Amino acid sequence: MSSNDVLGRTEGGDLRLVGLTKRYGSFTAVDDLDLTVPQGSFFALLGASGCGKTTTLRMVSGLEEPTIGQIFLGDEDVTDRKPYRRPVNTVFQNYALFPHLDIYENVAFGLRRRGRKDVRKPVEEMLDLVELGHLAKRKPNQLSGGQQQRIALARALINQPQVLLLDEPLGALDLKLRRQMQIELKRIQLEVGLTFVHVTHDQEEAMTMADTIAVMNAGRIEQMGSPAELYENPRTTFVANFLGQSNLIPGTVEGVTGETATISAHGQRLTLDAARCPVTSGPVILGVRPEKVQIALSAEEVPAGSNQLAGGVVLDTSFIGVSTQYLVKLPSGEEISVFEQNTGREIQRPGAEVVVFWDPSQGFGLEGGQDIEAGADIEEVAA
Amino acid sequence: MTTVTAPPAARPAAPTTTPKARRRSPMAWIREHTLLAVTVVIFVFMLLPNAVILWMSFNRPVGKFDYVWHQFSLDAWLNPCANNEMCHSIGLSLQIGVVATIVATILGTMIAFAMVRYRFKARSGVNALLFLPMAAPEVVMGATLAALFFNTIGPGGLGFWTITIAHVMFCVSYVVVTVKSRLAGMDPTLERAAQDLYATPAQTFRHVTLPLVAPGIAAAALLAFALSVDDYIITVFTAGNLETFPMYIWGSVQRAYPAQIDVIGSLMLLGTMAVIALSQIVGRARTARR
Repeated sequence: MSSNDVLGRTEGGDLRLVGLTKRYGSFTAVDDLDLTVPQGSFFALLGASGCGKTTTLRMVSGLEEPTIGQIFLGDEDVTDRKPYRRPVNTVFQNYALFPHLDIYENVAFGLRRRGRKDVRKPVEEMLDLVELGHLAKRKPNQLSGGQQQRIALARALINQPQVLLLDEPLGALDLKLRRQMQIELKRIQLEVGLTFVHVTHDQEEAMTMADTIAVMNAGRIEQMGSPAELYENPRTTFVANFLGQSNLIPGTVEGVTGETATISAHGQRLTLDAARCPVTSGPVILGVRPEKVQIALSAEEVPAGSNQLAGGVVLDTSFIGVSTQYLVKLPSGEEISVFEQNTGREIQRPGAEVVVFWDPSQGFGLEGGQDIEAGADIEEVAA
Repeated sequence: MTTVTAPPAARPAAPTTTPKARRRSPMAWIREHTLLAVTVVIFVFMLLPNAVILWMSFNRPVGKFDYVWHQFSLDAWLNPCANNEMCHSIGLSLQIGVVATIVATILGTMIAFAMVRYRFKARSGVNALLFLPMAAPEVVMGATLAALFFNTIGPGGLGFWTITIAHVMFCVSYVVVTVKSRLAGMDPTLERAAQDLYATPAQTFRHVTLPLVAPGIAAAALLAFALSVDDYIITVFTAGNLETFPMYIWGSVQRAYPAQIDVIGSLMLLGTMAVIALSQIVGRARTARR
């Protein structure tokens, strides 16, 4: 499934990983990875710490040698090229600015190493791009974290690499600055038109910036696609839980009629778009995002044609301001989480008896038999 | 929800009279000045010998022994090399110091890189061996070296090179320790970043690694030089007929103690202070320029 066709680009300068594997002793960090990153795209490798995303990045930069597999830039095999011979540059997680050189020399470093004498113009242009021209004579330790981050970006971009690698580039910044830098990074990427490969454990960061996201887990790619595609149609419970939150209800497919699949779960009949149901019979997991679930006080209030689960009791209510988050316990023991936008509706207190319902077209189906909890708690550990 | 009333702020009664400036007790005065007094005493204790050397260097050289004050004179300063033997020993010490420092710094820096950057089989063993010259009593090392040289090149071969080899041996340990700590504190991603930015391994070393480790290497070289120029015990065992400056001073206690020794001592003291002051001034100017 090459995403080239989707973007309608040629294979010219694409980054291609073919059967890429990295083992450390008996531990497999990256497992037989096949991946194509189209030229000019903003690509995110998303996963929890230890999933192999940073190792993948370092193999692309040449700082780590693959055990098996090949790396192509366009048609050229760069697998055995030394890092200083690859048209690839990295923005490191801790920025790794050279403390003994001033900002100007830091940015000029790559050009000078390739023997360019006249560096003044490109360096000044690059400093202007990141809006830090006035700090050229400072040393890195005199800059704030956000400024250092932008210098690290300028230092890599000035070389006009075929691929720019970003290793958790915003991890060390506070939330507000991170938001600002996300917008900034996206702007710069559109402006320079280079291929960006961004490694992160922060799903929000990946969704905000990337055109395409590959969700990695245990050295493999779980799923790849646009942020909306991944969010609306996750294919595994890991993706469903890691990218946002999901209510996952195990059930059995009773049958498919026309465009509707009928599923029975806990003795209730639920429906799903047949196109979004991976199986035609047998066990299935029905998923629905919390913000797509609504609550009603009685079955009469539920619009016709909705999927509904009756007999729920509100376990917990958290009023966030923009929304209210409910945790509803069903008679089957299952807990459903509901995000209700603050439209002025009355807030239900814990103990209230409610019916949860949602539009059947908003649900998605996953193959049965998977671990429902996969990927659910990882983000907190990683953060 | 209950209504909370803030208690009325307790307002201190406005003072009707300004309070008299309180008389400070003598105990308070002592408490406040104890630190100062102790500091002064310690400084005097440490600097007095230096002051004596400086003072005695203006003594008029009369006989062989100038332990006691005769009369103020600039003779010793004007003719520091009146005693040819002494100046010769200083020259020898400086030569040995320079050669030993260069060799020990280069060797020690390379060893430090190997110890920090590579994981090899005998690494911990080598680490312990490097520590040995620092831990072993100098007398033992000196005697061992003398025995070694006697049995290899013979007693006639003792001289400049045997002293230098001995000095390199113990200086290397100090250089390794000093450079190692600097290297260990260096962020390894800096070198990766350099490679990522098209620097070959040689360029990475020259433009990133070396400038960052340089202060450590310089400190190690200074330490090695000081240790070499200062060493007496090991030098005695390996010197043969030669006499270094520390050996001269030691011997002179019996033969003669010219005021010129105090001149050399004062020069060393003033030189060291000048270097420290200069580095402070340069450092301050650099910070100010930013």
